[in-house]
Amino acid sequence: MLNPSSGNTVIKSKLIGRRMFLLTAAKAVVMVGIIGRLVSLQINERTKYKTLSDKNRFREWKLAPERGVIKDFFDKEIASNEQVYQVHLIPENSKDIEKLFVRLKTILNLTDKRLFYLKRVIAKQKPWEPIIVSDNITWSEFSRLNLFLHELEGVKPVVSVARMYPDNSSAHILGYVSQVSAKDLETKKYLKDLHVPGMSVGKTGLERKLDEKIIGKIGFQRYEVNAFGKRVKQIQINEGQAGESYKTTLDFEVQKYTNELLKDKAAAVCVMDVYNGDIISMVSSPTFEPNEFVHGLKKEYWNSLIKNKLRPLTNKTISGLYPPGSTIKTLVALSALENGIIKPLDTFRCKGKIELYGEKFHCWEKDGHGIVNLRKGIQRSCDVYFYEVARKLGVDRLSETAKKFGLGKKVLNGFIEEKAGVVPNTKWKKKFIGQNWYLGETLHSGIGQGYFQSTPLQLCLMTAQIANGGFQIKPRIIFDEKNNRLRDYIKYKNENPNDPLPTDLLLSNFELKPLFKNQEHINLIKDAMFSSSNEPGGTSYRHRWENKKFTFAGKTGSSQIKRFTEEQRAAEVKQESLPYKDRDHALFVAFAPYKDPQYAISVLVEHGGSGGKAAAPIAKKIIKKVLERHELRKKINSLLGEPV
Amino acid sequence: MFRARSIQSSLSIKDKILSIDYVLVISIFILGLVSILAMYSTDGGELKYHTSSHILRFFIFFGMFFIVSFIQIRFWHSQSYLIYILFFILLLGVKYFGLTSSGSKRWLDLYFMNLQPSELMKIGLILFLAKYYHRISIENINQIRYLFLPVVVLISPIILVATQPDLGTSLLIAAGGITVAWLAGVRVKFFAISGFAFLALLPIAISFLKPYQKSRILTFLNPERDPLGAGYQIIQSKIAIGSGGLFGKGFLQGSQSYLDYLPEKHTDFIFTLFSEEFGFFGSLFILLLYALIVWRIVKIGNVTRSNFGKLYCYSFATAFFIYVVVNMMMVLGLLPIVGSPLPIMSYGGSSMMAIMFGLGIAMSCKIYKDTPVN
Repeated sequence: MLNPSSGNTVIKSKLIGRRMFLLTAAKAVVMVGIIGRLVSLQINERTKYKTLSDKNRFREWKLAPERGVIKDFFDKEIASNEQVYQVHLIPENSKDIEKLFVRLKTILNLTDKRLFYLKRVIAKQKPWEPIIVSDNITWSEFSRLNLFLHELEGVKPVVSVARMYPDNSSAHILGYVSQVSAKDLETKKYLKDLHVPGMSVGKTGLERKLDEKIIGKIGFQRYEVNAFGKRVKQIQINEGQAGESYKTTLDFEVQKYTNELLKDKAAAVCVMDVYNGDIISMVSSPTFEPNEFVHGLKKEYWNSLIKNKLRPLTNKTISGLYPPGSTIKTLVALSALENGIIKPLDTFRCKGKIELYGEKFHCWEKDGHGIVNLRKGIQRSCDVYFYEVARKLGVDRLSETAKKFGLGKKVLNGFIEEKAGVVPNTKWKKKFIGQNWYLGETLHSGIGQGYFQSTPLQLCLMTAQIANGGFQIKPRIIFDEKNNRLRDYIKYKNENPNDPLPTDLLLSNFELKPLFKNQEHINLIKDAMFSSSNEPGGTSYRHRWENKKFTFAGKTGSSQIKRFTEEQRAAEVKQESLPYKDRDHALFVAFAPYKDPQYAISVLVEHGGSGGKAAAPIAKKIIKKVLERHELRKKINSLLGEPV
Repeated sequence: MFRARSIQSSLSIKDKILSIDYVLVISIFILGLVSILAMYSTDGGELKYHTSSHILRFFIFFGMFFIVSFIQIRFWHSQSYLIYILFFILLLGVKYFGLTSSGSKRWLDLYFMNLQPSELMKIGLILFLAKYYHRISIENINQIRYLFLPVVVLISPIILVATQPDLGTSLLIAAGGITVAWLAGVRVKFFAISGFAFLALLPIAISFLKPYQKSRILTFLNPERDPLGAGYQIIQSKIAIGSGGLFGKGFLQGSQSYLDYLPEKHTDFIFTLFSEEFGFFGSLFILLLYALIVWRIVKIGNVTRSNFGKLYCYSFATAFFIYVVVNMMMVLGLLPIVGSPLPIMSYGGSSMMAIMFGLGIAMSCKIYKDTPVN
């Protein structure tokens, strides 16, 4: 029994040994497989997995930077920042978001619409990304929220800063800021790495032009988070960088004063330094409330803005296009003199109208001005005189002079709302309208009607370049110390207080380019403008300043909206009796003081009737205000003039 | 008979102690220490509940390992059927009195510990079949009527465990049983036939799977299918291991586990944690330690004279190897997540108890290697 059993046992253990050998071989293969996998994960792909692990670990919260402020020439903040109280919410930190919203609704008086909007935003983004429930709540709401904070999981009260405009007088030129829109992200490349929930970007005006620099650099807090998104510890913090602040050439006091003057009118005013192009004032009326845009615009307010017939959202100073009307006569006369078409004393007889190929061309003075020379033509704004001059001059030569003086092109940099306007000539008409030029159209162009289109800023620039003796200047609104080399100018002025600046000094110090062939022609125009404002019979004689300090020289203009019919002309229909929409735009351009020009101004009143009646009185008041503040301004400029 | 008795009686205490396989003992001890370090790291570098109870368990069951080692192999052989029946009764007990946790009923409440009989059954089945094939003669092994009992003994606990439900453990139990049958010399034909039968029954089996089990298999096939859901564990585990690199992030520096990205880091994913903190070389060290243990058990099988001892040691070594590689392949993304602990390293009393018990019997084979079992 023992023997067969033991023989059996030996055979069996040999069999077991053989089969075990096979298993051992299989084990070796599996071991190699596992080691291979370890090599692949931990050696070959370790960089990839290290990155993934860091991605797990770290999460960043971006911090919105503080927007730079915008100051006026006297360092007063005209676009500043204020502390605001906000409510942020991190959805994943809340256990029951529905219940939370019910609580928040009663505490903050949220509307159902707002709640619906918030829920939609939450559904779209990651649960750990904060959303802004309210971006501007009152102190009492804020303190109530803090009182209930213990039962509002996930809610974070935040004290932040937001844009605040102390006054709405500069709303158009400053523009406004508002929440980043999808379109902003598409069109503005600099926003790509900058997007933070609740961040504002400039939409119009300077806020838009300066946006890239003024917006600042974004900050971030980097946290190590666990698998549930809970912050474990702060790894790194970068406060970001507040945006650059800017000083402008604007005078906040003049802005406020002008805005008050233009109240309830659809009007625009530009005031410019005739030597360096500094824009002292730029007001478009009626204005709007830029603060309303910062924290989400209310629909009612928006509707009231777009329904208003006076178009409060348009910056009329640079995007309003108007026929320059009689204000262009200064350039027509100058162009004719420069091209040798007329002599100052050449005369024409004005009988109230002329006829050309059967078409009647009327003068605004029905009975005519009689014998008219250049000075009288400008003084009385005689249309017939300028029909005759324009006919001789031709539209192409006129357009050349007009373009030289800044009409028909954008004169400021970086304002998307700025329009170029139109300076017509034969080529232009062929290209854009596809027809040949008619001589009758030259006559209309001679009095600034027809195809002519210009902005109030262009007219102001045109006047400034006449006032400074015919030198090209570049309008600017951002204060720039480097190009303000006024030292010699001020030294000369202190030594010769009453003399105008000699030409060579102007040229060398301002790198100015003359726009004339003979400066005498410029002086003739300036003298004619003086007579228009200060001699009996002048179109703005009634609104002159007797005081030498404020004496200005100007030119009125009224640009026709609708042609007078022969019947209306016969019935002597007055502008005031026309429907508002059909009345002429009133224009007035001037420079002051006459003896030593410092500032140029252009005033436009939409549908104001005649320039002499509607626009000149406004210009008169503003000129006084600006000149009263001249000494203050000069003090700052002379400080800059000191050697560094 | 006489000779055998005389050999056995001639073994003094000194002889017994000298014949212990010290390489195996030291390997187990080192692995135990490593597992304590890893557990300490999962507790975030503090001596908290998991670590202290793991230490306690390791030393209690390490002691049990020695006690089992010094009990004669003859005793284990004679009690094999009884042990199997005892474990089977415990499994039945789970079915009726078991504790339910996260949807499955696996534990018996023994007041001082929660016992998981399915872990013990891994050893019980090997013991039973080793004895069975030791007893029947070589001619009978491939007779159909002698196959009947092994199949019943294999299938019954598997069904009980699979319906707990605990698919992973039931498959691991089966692996141990099948290994014994294979080593005993059951023809390849039978394995082939049952393999085909299994494949044929697979669609039916799948229809019995719980939805979470199905999704685990689908997820294994494509972890990115649902990265925050079922695929999360595999992806995070791969990130942890891969980011460990060559030398690891350092002890207690494993950000993946420290920040709770790793699920089940105490139990099934303990290797992931270790691998993240100690890198490729650390992983290789653990792998070689396990290989060393397996090799030593196989060596015991080579020197032990009884076929019971050989069958047991070879089968246990193979089963042990399977437990290790299934767990590693799982956390390395080479197998679906089936829920199988890593022997000794993973947190869990029953698993530790079963493995130490199994190692103890193997050591008993070494000490009493020349003793006939019957």
